Amino acid sequence: MTVLFGQLFTGVSIGAVLLLVALGLALTFGQMNVINMAHGEFIMAGAYTTYVLQQTITSAGWSLLVALPVAFAVAGALGVLLEVLLIRRLYARPLDTLLVTWGVSLMLQQAARDIFGSPNVQTRAPALLTGNVALPGGVTVANNRLFILGLAVAAVVALTLALRLTPLGRRIRAVVQNRDLAAVSGIATARVDRTTFFVGSGLAGVAGVALTLLGPIGPTMGTNLIIDAFLVVVVGGIGQLKGSVIVAFALGVLQATGEYLTTLSVAKVIVFVAIVAFLQWRPQGLFTLRTRSLA
Amino acid sequence: MSLFRGRRILAGTMAFVVAAALAACGSKTSDSTSGKGVSADVSGDTVKVGLLNSLSGTMAISEVTVRDSIMLAVEEINAAGGVLGKKIVPVGEDGASDWPTFAEKAEKLISEDRVAAVFGCWTSASRKAVKPVFEKNKALLFYPVQYEGLEQSPYIFYTGATTNQQIVPGLDYLKAQGKKSVYLVGSDYVFPRTANKIIKAYAKANGMTVLGEDYAPLGSTEFGTIVNKVKSAKADAVFNTLNGDSNVAFFKEYTSAGLNATSMPVVSVSIAEEEVKGIGTQYLKDQLTAWNYYQTTPGGANAKFVAAYKAKYGADKPTSDPMEAAYVAVYLWKEMVTKAGSFEVEKVRTAAGGITYEAPEGLVTVDGPTQHIAKTARIGKVGADGLITEVWNSGQPIKPDPYLKSYPWATGLS
Repeated sequence: MTVLFGQLFTGVSIGAVLLLVALGLALTFGQMNVINMAHGEFIMAGAYTTYVLQQTITSAGWSLLVALPVAFAVAGALGVLLEVLLIRRLYARPLDTLLVTWGVSLMLQQAARDIFGSPNVQTRAPALLTGNVALPGGVTVANNRLFILGLAVAAVVALTLALRLTPLGRRIRAVVQNRDLAAVSGIATARVDRTTFFVGSGLAGVAGVALTLLGPIGPTMGTNLIIDAFLVVVVGGIGQLKGSVIVAFALGVLQATGEYLTTLSVAKVIVFVAIVAFLQWRPQGLFTLRTRSLA
Repeated sequence: MSLFRGRRILAGTMAFVVAAALAACGSKTSDSTSGKGVSADVSGDTVKVGLLNSLSGTMAISEVTVRDSIMLAVEEINAAGGVLGKKIVPVGEDGASDWPTFAEKAEKLISEDRVAAVFGCWTSASRKAVKPVFEKNKALLFYPVQYEGLEQSPYIFYTGATTNQQIVPGLDYLKAQGKKSVYLVGSDYVFPRTANKIIKAYAKANGMTVLGEDYAPLGSTEFGTIVNKVKSAKADAVFNTLNGDSNVAFFKEYTSAGLNATSMPVVSVSIAEEEVKGIGTQYLKDQLTAWNYYQTTPGGANAKFVAAYKAKYGADKPTSDPMEAAYVAVYLWKEMVTKAGSFEVEKVRTAAGGITYEAPEGLVTVDGPTQHIAKTARIGKVGADGLITEVWNSGQPIKPDPYLKSYPWATGLS
């Protein structure tokens, strides 16, 4: 029983990491039809931002808090730069965006290697996040995992509210549903695109901050995550935050359960088989968006 | 008509493909027959050696430091007059943590650059990938990392530990500490799987229980489930054969699950001083490692090595076991070549047996038949400063026994 609950929490926390990583993609891929392979490197940029900030801010707790908005801005700015220089020229050509952003991701990895060196760097976790909470029944829940879960939930809530309630959110939804009509109605679609890309990339930066609490900070840290993140977005239904949320947690729990019963590699296979089977049944993903522009 | 033409095009294409394939095969066979041994280019007053390490990818964290220390040895030898009066020119290649790339680059170093010897590789997978290349070309590889044993090649010198010089002493130490059960965690490739086979055989013969065994792919960073399993198994100790940056994620997860060196010590065989820095000292405090060398190992030769390394690469750069073994490899090669009076591979091999060298880890001796070296085993504990201090050593160099022939419990493993 203890083990079962522990595993359930592990699954949910894997899901939270997936969700944080996939959320920005759900925006840029889902809403703009841009396959951004450099998303993983924006995550890396967020993680290195945390590292750099820790060189100047000695309190680990404060530097983590400062890192969240700063990493958002840094990764967001990188995203805007990518959008302005390259992606803007490639809208409606998703396969080309894939190739171009893949090249950019390789360049960013090499840049990180040149700036920070190939070995991993480490950040200090705040004392508050290194421990764990003991629940009745002998279950322990790691604080850093709880923090990431909270961060993922906060990001989803903030994004949903922004899309539903703000004028910008309305404009983004309008552009997604019918770009031409939106443009004719006086919405500056290019500006909306750029803002969307800023937010999507910025969320990758936040994911990067969270990942410093779990694993290595190195030039290739993003590549491990990018495939899983795309799976979440595609299975969830392109353009659907709701779908990404459900699928991220479902895949996390499936992965953790499969791994507990078998081994890590077999669990990965189970997850992939489940995804293939699911897409046979619903090729459009869990939820679909009714639009004219996105078939 | 169109069908006929279609057939002709098809036939033409087929003929072309077959011809191309034959041509490719032809060049391949001519390659391997000419591979009787590409002799090193020593016509000038220089001799080239190859450096083959991962400078990118998941293994870069470890292998870059090995490259640095090979370079240090090369510079020192050059400053002292070179080898047989020739200056050493290092030719570096990046294996990129990718085994086919290692094989490709090894071939390039041997056939194109015509190096006299190659220093490098870290993972056993990369060594296994290049082994046939060195054997086919009759060229020399110096392999500087501890590994799983059960191997011997006339064209490889193993300057890191084999299992009876690292893993078996590690297990002996745990047994002497009264640990009765272990949990095995490793990366999913040849070294951890073979090492764990040996550990299980040892455990069976020594009344120890293995409570579980889990593998994660190289580069894997999600250890939630594995740590949950380890925690609920309540083993006396964990034997860790994870490689590369997976260790970072593993130890972070281990610490946040509330486990530590007191509640469940971890013995690692692939984490040295450089990795301790990358993982974070607070996650590793007081955890155990099994190696043959630490930066803190006493002795004049080591003091000299550490000082030279820090002078070249920075005071904050630690030295580690694989770096030391790589550094020693270059000096051993120099001794072999000097004794042979030639760079020719067969003469160097014949001269190798019995060569001794006062290494930073203490006196090492090349064992002629196995081409491994006799080394002292050392168990260490990670300190708060990130350095590892010795808590036990074997007292004298242990003769290499890659096939564990001297251990009755190991029969049938190889």
